[in-house]
Amino acid sequence: MALSDASDVTAQVGQGTPARKPTRIFKNLSSKIASLPMVFTALVIFVGGTVWTIVYSFTSSGLLPRLKWVGLDQYERLWSSRKWMVSIENLAVYGICSLILTLVIGFTLAALLDRKVRGEGMLRTIFLYPFALSFIVTGLVWQWILNPQLGLQNVVRGMGWESFAFDPMNNSKIVMFGLLIAGLWQGTGLIMCIMLAGLRGIDEDIWKAARVDGIGTVKTYIRVIIPMMRPVFVTSLVLIGSGIVKLYDLVVAQTSGGPGISSQVPAMYVMTSMFGGQNLGQGFAASTMMLVTVVIILVPWAILEFGGKKRG
Amino acid sequence: MKLTTKLMAFSAIVSASSASAVELEVMHWWTSGGEAAAVGKFAEAWDASGNKWIDGAIAGGGDTARPIMVSRIIGGDPPAAFQFNHGRQAEELIEAGLLLDLTDVAEAEGWADIVNPPNLLDACTVDGRIYCAPVNIHSWQWMWLSNGAYEKAGLPVPTNWTEFSESAGALQDAGITPLAMGGQSWQQNGAFGVISVALAGTEAWLAVNRDKSVDAVMSDEYTRVFEAFGAARSLSEGLNVQDWNQATAAVINDTAGAQIMGDWAQGEFALAGEVAGEDYSCLPGLGEVGVLQTGGDAFYFPVVDDAEITAGQKELAALLLSPPVQVSFNSAKGSLPVRGDVDLTTVNECTQKGLDLLAAGATLPAGETLLSPDTVTQLNDLMTEFWNTPSMTAAEVQSAYADIIADAD
Repeated sequence: MALSDASDVTAQVGQGTPARKPTRIFKNLSSKIASLPMVFTALVIFVGGTVWTIVYSFTSSGLLPRLKWVGLDQYERLWSSRKWMVSIENLAVYGICSLILTLVIGFTLAALLDRKVRGEGMLRTIFLYPFALSFIVTGLVWQWILNPQLGLQNVVRGMGWESFAFDPMNNSKIVMFGLLIAGLWQGTGLIMCIMLAGLRGIDEDIWKAARVDGIGTVKTYIRVIIPMMRPVFVTSLVLIGSGIVKLYDLVVAQTSGGPGISSQVPAMYVMTSMFGGQNLGQGFAASTMMLVTVVIILVPWAILEFGGKKRG
Repeated sequence: MKLTTKLMAFSAIVSASSASAVELEVMHWWTSGGEAAAVGKFAEAWDASGNKWIDGAIAGGGDTARPIMVSRIIGGDPPAAFQFNHGRQAEELIEAGLLLDLTDVAEAEGWADIVNPPNLLDACTVDGRIYCAPVNIHSWQWMWLSNGAYEKAGLPVPTNWTEFSESAGALQDAGITPLAMGGQSWQQNGAFGVISVALAGTEAWLAVNRDKSVDAVMSDEYTRVFEAFGAARSLSEGLNVQDWNQATAAVINDTAGAQIMGDWAQGEFALAGEVAGEDYSCLPGLGEVGVLQTGGDAFYFPVVDDAEITAGQKELAALLLSPPVQVSFNSAKGSLPVRGDVDLTTVNECTQKGLDLLAAGATLPAGETLLSPDTVTQLNDLMTEFWNTPSMTAAEVQSAYADIIADAD
């Protein structure tokens, strides 16, 4: 009753005012005002900061930013530095393995939980629990577990397998896998939960139809369910991807880049050159390269993924 | 209204009368057992003078602590005082006018006459003004040996690097790691610096570090150093530790034969109740070249917009160099005092060796006062890669080292 009255009033007011096409800028004015702070933040802090960083990457800034132009010197030094090359290689190895394994393990766990196992709630909590820990704690925990004198290797040897050797923290060839294990342990739970939510969103009728057609469970998952979960996979991909690029604290806590420089990552290169070496220019050059890499990967993908939708 | 003014006036009087009690936040990275005990002496002395010391210790060593300090200073929230290694680390902060000029304190206290060796004060001086208060002398040129480990292996304790290298095989046979080395890059680069002074001599070392001479890096003397360092890599196998004090602990526990580490390691021996000469031995200059690098720690004071704190900062600067504080601090830390006119309370065999070298003037400037932090970081990266990559040859490292020195400013 009251509601219809109110709408009548607005209708009358609308008719009373002279008919004028509202300008587009003032459409949804309140929500536009509400989003102004975020627009401002994004422009000043993200875009502004990025431009500032790129500009100063062409200077010889040391401990403090200074506009003393040196052209591409910082980039030349960056690309001739072995530590930078090792960092990129490491990030590539970690990134590819982490992306594939997190998705595969996350989906497998979710699919298994989705089979209505007993104690699902408890298992879900257990798998998600590591995500509640910071990377620093995760790094330290795995540093201890993988420590050959007191961790896994020692336990296995204590059980009688004397020649067992697994010490990724002290072996420069496999140290990235030591980090990968910790990263997976921490991150898979979240992806599993997202996947599980996606699986729960699939209509029961799909399963019934698949059963009627006599398609096996595994085949239904791969051929029918996964294509239907595309948005969920995109979300997971973005989450995993951003985690990979900013990989830093895990390395600091677990290996501090060692042994030697064998577990260095780009973010760490940026930090050590900016603050350890008091060479901001070099750090800015490195972070600009990180940004460029991300943009090269992200832009075509974003255009493919989101660009078509407006028209479609 | 009137009451408020009265109250305000009253509180102004109160705060004025308590002006002598200044709270100063002091940031440093002294967190190992011996170091923490030493910095406690500063805090005690400052608190005893009626002020308040707020301890801002940052764990993880200088490489972790320095960025935190710098970002606080640049960010406009500086601590009242902070520790740096004196040298070129604070160069730009001074040029930017962020640090307090201590010249008047230095003149009033006569630092120019008492600080020995004088190059310590030079390292604090920029354009004739003094910006830091040196508090101790640390030298890298030491090798610490475990007498117990050598006893176990049935060998005499070596008296120089050559003997040490020869005895390494026998130690390994006895299940002892000959050389304890932590995993952090500065430890490996530091040990390399010690070996290079010991094997190539002071002149070659100065040519490389002070004159930035590429020819000196490629010289035969330095080739020997790179080869010796390369050969030492296998001596630390089997001991996986990260921090320097864990490596020192291995020497204390007799599970490792020796460690190349600065004299700050002696604080750890003292804390473990070990006696110099009985439980452990020390070789300044690796027993080859008796010379000490006079590096060390210094306190810098950021400029603040508060006269009371500025006065407190200057008072603290003077206090840090006063004789009783110098004695208690350096005795606890195992370092040498910056003034030649005080006697340490407990001078053991090793400290005495250091004092003798200092008195004889056998000193070298510290690496940090000659090389910029940027160069030091690059060298750290190179040497840690060399140390941890058995397939890397000495010749490869030598030419990479030469490239870095060629680019150094």
